[in-house]
Formats: sequence, structure tokens, C-alpha cells
Amino acid sequence: MSEIKKVHGDLVLSHVTKSFGDFVAVDDLSLTIPKGSFFALLGPSGCGKTTTLRMIAGLEEPTSGKISVGDLDITYIKPYERPVNTVFQNYALFPHLTIFENVAFGLRRRGIKDVDEAVMKVLDLVELSHLKGRKPGQLSGGQQQRIALARAVVNRPALLLLDEPLGALDLKLRRQMQIELKWIQTEVGITFVHVTHDQEEAMTMADTVAVMNKGRIEQMGSPADLYENPKTVFVANFLGQSNFIDGEVESSDGANVVANIHGTRITFPKSRNNAMGKSLKVGIRPEKFNLHDPGDSVSGNVLTGGKITDISFTGVSTQYLVEMPWKQELVVFEQNDGGAPDLVKGDPVTLTWEPKFTFALDAAADGSSK
Amino acid sequence: MAMAHVGAAEQIHAPKKRGKKTAYLLLAPGLLWLIIFFVYPLINLAETSTKTPAPTFETGEFVQTFRFMNFIDAFVDNQEQFYRSFVYALLATVLALAIAYPLAYAMAFRAGAWRNFMLLMVVAPFFTSFLLRTLAWKQILGAEGPVVSTLQFLGILPPDATITATAFSVIMGLTYNFLPFMTLPIYASLDRIDYRLLEASGDLYANGATTFRKVTLPLSMPGVVAGTLLTFIPASGDYINAQLLGSPDNYMIGNVINSRFFRVVDYPTAASLSFILMATILVLVVIYIRRAGTDELV
Repeated sequence: MSEIKKVHGDLVLSHVTKSFGDFVAVDDLSLTIPKGSFFALLGPSGCGKTTTLRMIAGLEEPTSGKISVGDLDITYIKPYERPVNTVFQNYALFPHLTIFENVAFGLRRRGIKDVDEAVMKVLDLVELSHLKGRKPGQLSGGQQQRIALARAVVNRPALLLLDEPLGALDLKLRRQMQIELKWIQTEVGITFVHVTHDQEEAMTMADTVAVMNKGRIEQMGSPADLYENPKTVFVANFLGQSNFIDGEVESSDGANVVANIHGTRITFPKSRNNAMGKSLKVGIRPEKFNLHDPGDSVSGNVLTGGKITDISFTGVSTQYLVEMPWKQELVVFEQNDGGAPDLVKGDPVTLTWEPKFTFALDAAADGSSK
Repeated sequence: MAMAHVGAAEQIHAPKKRGKKTAYLLLAPGLLWLIIFFVYPLINLAETSTKTPAPTFETGEFVQTFRFMNFIDAFVDNQEQFYRSFVYALLATVLALAIAYPLAYAMAFRAGAWRNFMLLMVVAPFFTSFLLRTLAWKQILGAEGPVVSTLQFLGILPPDATITATAFSVIMGLTYNFLPFMTLPIYASLDRIDYRLLEASGDLYANGATTFRKVTLPLSMPGVVAGTLLTFIPASGDYINAQLLGSPDNYMIGNVINSRFFRVVDYPTAASLSFILMATILVLVVIYIRRAGTDELV
């Protein structure tokens, strides 16, 4: 029986780097995850998020840097000595053990004799206590997922790591599990670190989301913060859709910035300007645009001379493509609540949006504006 | 093992009539083969086992008298060889398991680029005949062979000692000859283990040794059961190893059956012995599978 370190506190990664040969999977990553929070590492495949998680779990050793929980340095201690449990991507339930024994596995390894109460309590939490005698092969994907969660949660670790835990579930079940996971996290009060490539999943559940790209964190913040005020083109495009229009700063007074985009003056709050120089990429989310007939009286930021080139109905909203005089096509979403005028292909339109929904990035920033 | 598949089997709906026809068609060649080369000889053997010598006392002539005492006589007269067969086969199985498990484990988890080469090495002995390989061991272990002379030179063996014609060399021969049958099923079941299960075990506070005991070993039990059966069953009926590497003191039941059939031409006794051997193995195997099937996999 090995000693499992008992510790609670924030998870701190400082200057953590992991290279596989020439490939740097995680590049000088520093990050603090407060105790009790639901934290999501979000990024495309190959961005280093899973490697980061595996280093926290002890399944990979960092090339350099330090990982600690509270005041305990866990960088080099064995996985089985860490106060950390993982919900694996494919659940990794032990096929030869019953559901009860799967859940009891961690408790038994810690030398706890009387596991019944703890196991049944956590099985009740995931509402599967009636399946305790079954083998994992006899359970559905969603049930297996919940058992994997129960098997980890029952140990009351300082940290619970979730590696794309909902990836194998269908959409409907995934939605339901997202809500349940969040509820369970609140219930047990354990720090959850959740790795996913699904932006919606990250935003629904996490208090804080860190967007990773090429082994680094691009931006970190609350889901709303990341969505409304992305600091890079990558983040803007990874979380939802964005329109980017090239522009230049004309002046900036007190709280506002005035910019010129293709001959039109627009304004936006200084706090939304993430650009260093004069040249800008002005970002507007498709749902922030409002469509008007050219004659309507309008306020806010206004772009005239648009022409509808495509309309697609998606149920909740209608998606329009609007060609601007400078030949750029902008994407516009309108709620199907009767607020927008009836439009057909070829109609001339005016676009407006509220200045506070603008975000501005450096023109030199990489990534394509789609 | 079977328990784990009950759920899966239930979900598979019974195939349609056409599917059933195809299934029988696919089974037909195998069934035909079994009937001609297994069922018919077995009936023949059963018939022979209760015969007695013809009144003419001509060699090889027997008449059917349904003398079931043949079985008792055959068993009583050859108890020693029966007992020896199972002890030798058991020892060879245990030894083969002790050698094969680490080998299979290394191939499955540690061999890396060497895996295919190692697999080839395990299978390589099959390229020459069983008889030739056993004869080769007779040479190697013989009085003039390198093993004995080296051991004698080192003073481990007295100058007049031999290795062949002992129980040791027979068991060693059995172990060697059936090693691939032990190694391959264990390798196959270890290779099928999802590496993430081992990671999950480590994540749930099990160190390397505990992970092996609680996860790897139970999951490789189907391979161990298959391997031990594939070793024990043929080893307990084997006579080549005892004949070439042992002395008459080491003869197993296979040797007795062989000599009853071909030298003494006492077909009824040979047939009775064959049946007793078959029945004993069957009983042992059923007990073993029952135990392994329930205890090991929980």
C-alpha cells in the first residue's frame, strides 16, 4: 500500500513544457486553477490539452517545469500516489469487475475495508445503484460514462480530471450529461479539470475556460468573457463564428475608439480594443448584426450598401450572407422572432450593431477571418 | 468468461432462416470431418474396448463379449503410469506457464520493435518435426552432449551421472515441446488488454504489482486457461518424450497404449486405457474450467 498524499488547494502549473522529440506539445505553460472550480481546457486536437491533463494525472512527466496542488509538488510523484483521479475518454472501466467493484477499486487500493456505504452513495448520485451487479459490457455508453465518473468521484480527490468524457455520447445524451456533470461538481465540491475540443461543452459547464493552441494558452477567462471579447483571431473563430473587417484607428477619446472601416466611421469602447497599432481587424459576431431596409432610421454602428447573396433557414434563426461594397461577404444571424424585415436574395440592406459588441484585434494577427 | 458475454449475446437477434441455412452449410465440412475421423473411430474404439481374445488364440483376433471388467483390469494394471502421466503433465504445465507468462508479457508490453521477431522465434520450432526436436534434445542432454559434460566439468554433476533416462529430462522435454501452445494464447490475451485500463488502475491508487494482480492477470486468464489446457491435455497423452528422453521407469500412459496397440497387439486393453485417459482428462478439464471461469474472473 503506497501513501496517497492528502492535500487540498489550488492546482498550479508553472512553466511546464513537454516535448516529444522535436515536437513541443506543451510550451512553457503557467496556470493556476483555484480550488473547487470547474476549469476547462479547450482546444483543437493536437493543441496539447490532453498532454497537459496527463501530466497532471502523472501519466506523462514534464520535460521541465513544476506542477503542484496546494503546497505539495506533484511533478514527479507516481500516479498512484497523487490525490488526483481521472475520467478517461473511453471510460476504461475494468471489464472483469462488476460495477460495484469498479467503483470500489480506488477505495480498496487505499486499504479501506468497509466500502459499501461510500460506493452505494456515489452510485445513488449517478442514479445507477440498481446496476451494481452488472459488468461494464452490459451497460450503455451513457451509463458507462456515469460509472467512470462515480469511480473517480468516490475517492474524493483534490482534483478530478476529465478527458473528453462526453466525446463518445450522442448529442442529446451529451447535453444531459453536461448538466449532470455540472450539478455533480457543485454537489461534491471537487476541482474539476475538463479537457475538450467542444466549445459548447466547455462553455456550458466551466467557470473558467482556457483556450489552448499549439501548446500555449491563447486566452483564459469566463465563457462569456472569451466569447464577447476574444483577444485573438484563433479564440474568436474557435468559440463561435466571427466576421472580421479590416480598419484603421482614426482617433480615440476617453472611453471610445473611432475607427474607419472601408470609409465608414464606427466606434467601440476602448476596453474592447485588443490591438496595439493603428491597423485593426474589427470583429463582430454574426448574431450581433441587425438587418434593416436601406431607408430605415438607424442608430449605433452602421454599414450601408449591403446586398443579400444567400439565405438559409436553420430553425431558431436565419443565416444571411451579405455582400458589402468592398466585396467581402459578412455572415448575419437573425432570430426568427419577426424582428427582421422579410428579405429575399438580392435585396439591398443596411447593417447595424451596438458599439459595445465590437471587438478589435491586431491586423497582423494570424488566422483567417471566415 | 462466458458470463461476460451473456449481455452481448442477448442483443444479437436470431438470424433469419436463410442465415441458419448458411450456418449449417459452413459447418458441414467440419462436421463431416469430425464424423469420419473422430466419431467413427471413437465408436470403433468403444466396441474394441469390451472385446476378449478369440477362442482360437490367434494374435490380433478378438470377439465381442461386452467384458466391462477390461476397464478395471486395464486401470489396475497401469495405475502407476496413469499417475505418472498426470504428475509429469502437471509439472510440465506449471513449468511452461512459469516460462511462457513472462515471455508473453514481455512480447505484449515491452518488446516494441522486437515483437514480431520474438513471435517468430516462438513459432519457429514448428518448422521442424516434433520427433526431430525431441531427438535433438536427446543428443543435447545425452552422456556425450554439451550439457552433461559442462555440468560434470563444473563439478555440479558426478562423473558417471546422466540427465537422459530420468524424470527430469522427460518433464523438460514435455515443457519444451508444448511451450508455444502455452505462450501464444497468453500473448493473445495480454495483447488484447487495453493499455488505458492499466493507466486507470494506476490512477486509482494501484501500484505496478497491484495493477498486475488486479487487472492484468485476471484479464489474461482466458489465455492462461487456454494455454494450460493446450499443454496439459496433449502432454498427459504424450509418449514420444518418455520414450526418447526417459527410461521404462519414466513411461507414461501413452507409452503403455502405444505398446499395447503395436507391440503386444492387445487391442481391447489399449482401447480401454484410451477411454480411461480421455474420461479422466475430460473430468479434470471440466473441473478446471468451472473453477477458472468463476473464481478467476471475479
